[in-house]
Amino acid sequence: MKRTGAQIVCESLIKEGVDVVFGLVGGAILPLYQTLPEYPQLKHIMVRHEQCAAHAADGYARVTGKVGVCFATSGPGATNLVTGLATALMDSVAMVAITGQVPRAAIGKDAFQETDVTGVTLPVTKHNYLVMDPKDLAATIKEAFHLARTGRPGPVLVDIPKDVQQEEVDYRYPDSVDLPGYKPHLTGHPTQIKRAAKLIAEAERPIILAGHGVIISKAYAELKELAEKAQIPVITTLLGISGFPENHVLSVGMPGMHGMAYANIAIDRSDLLIAIGMRFDDRVVGRVSDFAPRAKIIHIDIDPAEIGKNVKTTVPLVGDAKRVLAALNRQVEHQERGEWIKQIDVLKREHPSHEIPISDKVLPQYVVNQIWEATGGNAIIVTGVGQHQMWAAQHYYYTKPASFVTSGGLGTMGFEVPAAMGAKVGKPRDEVWAICGDGGFQMTLQELATIVENKIDVKLAIFNNSFHGMVRQWQEIFYKKSYVATKLFNPDFVKLADAYGMTGLRVTNKEEVRPIIDQARAVKGPVLIDFVVESEENVYPMIPAGTSVNEMLEAPLPGLHLVDSKDSST
Amino acid sequence: MSGNNVHSHTITALVQDRPGVLTRIASMFRRRGFNIASLAVGKSEQAQLSRMTFVVDSDSDDIVEQVTKQLHKIIEVVKVSDLSKEDIVARELALVKVRAQTASARSEIIQVVELFRAKIVDVAADSVAIEVTGDEDKIESILTLLRGFGIVEVMRTGRVAMVRGKKAPLKTGEAKSRASTRGG
Ligand SMILES: Cc1ncc(C[n+]2csc(CCOP(=O)(O)OP(=O)(O)O)c2C)c(N)n1
Repeated sequence: MKRTGAQIVCESLIKEGVDVVFGLVGGAILPLYQTLPEYPQLKHIMVRHEQCAAHAADGYARVTGKVGVCFATSGPGATNLVTGLATALMDSVAMVAITGQVPRAAIGKDAFQETDVTGVTLPVTKHNYLVMDPKDLAATIKEAFHLARTGRPGPVLVDIPKDVQQEEVDYRYPDSVDLPGYKPHLTGHPTQIKRAAKLIAEAERPIILAGHGVIISKAYAELKELAEKAQIPVITTLLGISGFPENHVLSVGMPGMHGMAYANIAIDRSDLLIAIGMRFDDRVVGRVSDFAPRAKIIHIDIDPAEIGKNVKTTVPLVGDAKRVLAALNRQVEHQERGEWIKQIDVLKREHPSHEIPISDKVLPQYVVNQIWEATGGNAIIVTGVGQHQMWAAQHYYYTKPASFVTSGGLGTMGFEVPAAMGAKVGKPRDEVWAICGDGGFQMTLQELATIVENKIDVKLAIFNNSFHGMVRQWQEIFYKKSYVATKLFNPDFVKLADAYGMTGLRVTNKEEVRPIIDQARAVKGPVLIDFVVESEENVYPMIPAGTSVNEMLEAPLPGLHLVDSKDSST
Repeated sequence: MSGNNVHSHTITALVQDRPGVLTRIASMFRRRGFNIASLAVGKSEQAQLSRMTFVVDSDSDDIVEQVTKQLHKIIEVVKVSDLSKEDIVARELALVKVRAQTASARSEIIQVVELFRAKIVDVAADSVAIEVTGDEDKIESILTLLRGFGIVEVMRTGRVAMVRGKKAPLKTGEAKSRASTRGG
């Protein structure tokens, strides 16, 4: 079969099960775009900035478990993808990015819109390719998808010169890939599984630390079985949230810098940590030498390089979380741990990190709580980065797998709007809420046009505190309230929604919170809500960067709290 | 041995011969802050595969383990071996151009060359070029002696190494090359 390079790309995407692509056109990728009408199975959603094509593909991938795909043109189009690729790499998200490149003969000549895209994206992709022969295209795309979705998933970029897209060659899609250097290890080593089971049997105060790997490998049932069988409390990392139902008696919340106090204290007291698909990020660990000082560590991860990278491991278990847990469960005995579970219950009572301060103000925590109540915990929540992100993690109770989408590793502000868009496209029947910072929202708000144009029914809740709130909080605590460059001048968000042709609502007092949420939910189609929230509210608890649970700041007592946060507010 | 003293570790890697693979490896070392003391690359006994020898100076086995794991994550890297604890043959080749303006200097240099079983590979009016092979200690020693004559230029290959004895090198299936598809 003769096909042009562009046709090969489209047919290969279809073979890989792609149904939607997010992208933005340009000269070097025009042959591919002009071929799209021949393939109506490939729905193309035009974004207004390539960063958002990548974030949308990312949101799509995280909620569907499929590979997200984005297109961009050469030069500035491709460089605009960089933040999205870096975000996906840090959070192990399966993505394939296809970029146009200047024609082969022009490469290396500083041609118009030429950038060394494979060079630029090398450190922010799992792998990348520059395809110099159209005969290699099909095999390259096959490899790209294979690499993106297997092992530890990640973004893979394929850069295709314009004339490679145009040239006609014989096309046959390969059945297999030829990657001698890539063989992800999926099953745990039997000896190590035996050792792990023995440690679990001997432990008195074990804790499971579940990360994104649980969600990526869909190890929900296996995780639950392990927890219930051996009676082990489960803490989920920021990216592990929704991997274990938060209404389960064994759920102990989130660890780390803004984790629940009881979760961090439980880790501190634990004698065995079973880490599953998580990488001991510094926001979880704090000061390494003080982290879980009494605990042995079983570390299950598909990426061998994560084991021993940040903390010392007692039992390394390289493999896919689902398979390793299934094997481990077969060797784990039923156990009772009444004493330990009771200790944690006491901790939960003594350190009620979920308590929302009593106030007449529109507290952001309260808004999250009300969105949770209104949606019955059934929505997909997508966040930006900052205080609202932490409140969304703390005050919504996630019971549905893969229902919390956030940029954890890179902490990319502006992720919320495009990722929510991608999530809704991936799961059209699910209710999708974006919890947006007023700062982050303004980084990618041009996508309101994409949302309205494509009738993407997302509810955008802007937590409008007129600050880069999380940074302001650091300035308050560590720089004596010297608010340098954190105060935000904001537009009228409701008028903005109106300008884009979508419903805009505003909440300025507490009584309106729930009715407006309900009103937004009743609208079929996208809605923006401007929640004008308390501007100097802080996220607690907080373990300052590089310190330990012993230095944790907990919320000031209720009552005192109001005085404290009001005295310097507007 | 996570002691205070820095040891030199020898790591070898079998890598697919694709354009850009060296950039990928160098970028990983830089990004993760690993120091390469030396790096040697050449064709291996198998078509389309190259072998690299890295020397990494580190006081910590954990770092060396990370280096090997991070190397292995690079898609074109087929096999990585940490030879630190193996019985290995390690060699380096150096070319040294030394000033030799007088007959007596020349004959003294020839003596040194013989002592080290090195070779004179080029003779000019006022200098000679010497080729010497050996481990780093041997090369350092001859350089120390030659310094007295005035060294004009030194070119060293960096260490290449292999395990002694009959351990067969890893055989992989025919690694097909798509040389036209370049990794960054
Ligand atoms: C792209 C980007 N730039 C800068 C930062 C640093 N940063 C982290 S949180 C934050 C403030 C976020 O403000 P906003 O989106 O309003 O959310 P809030 O913290 O107020 O809830 C900033 C500037 C970042 N994470 N990402």
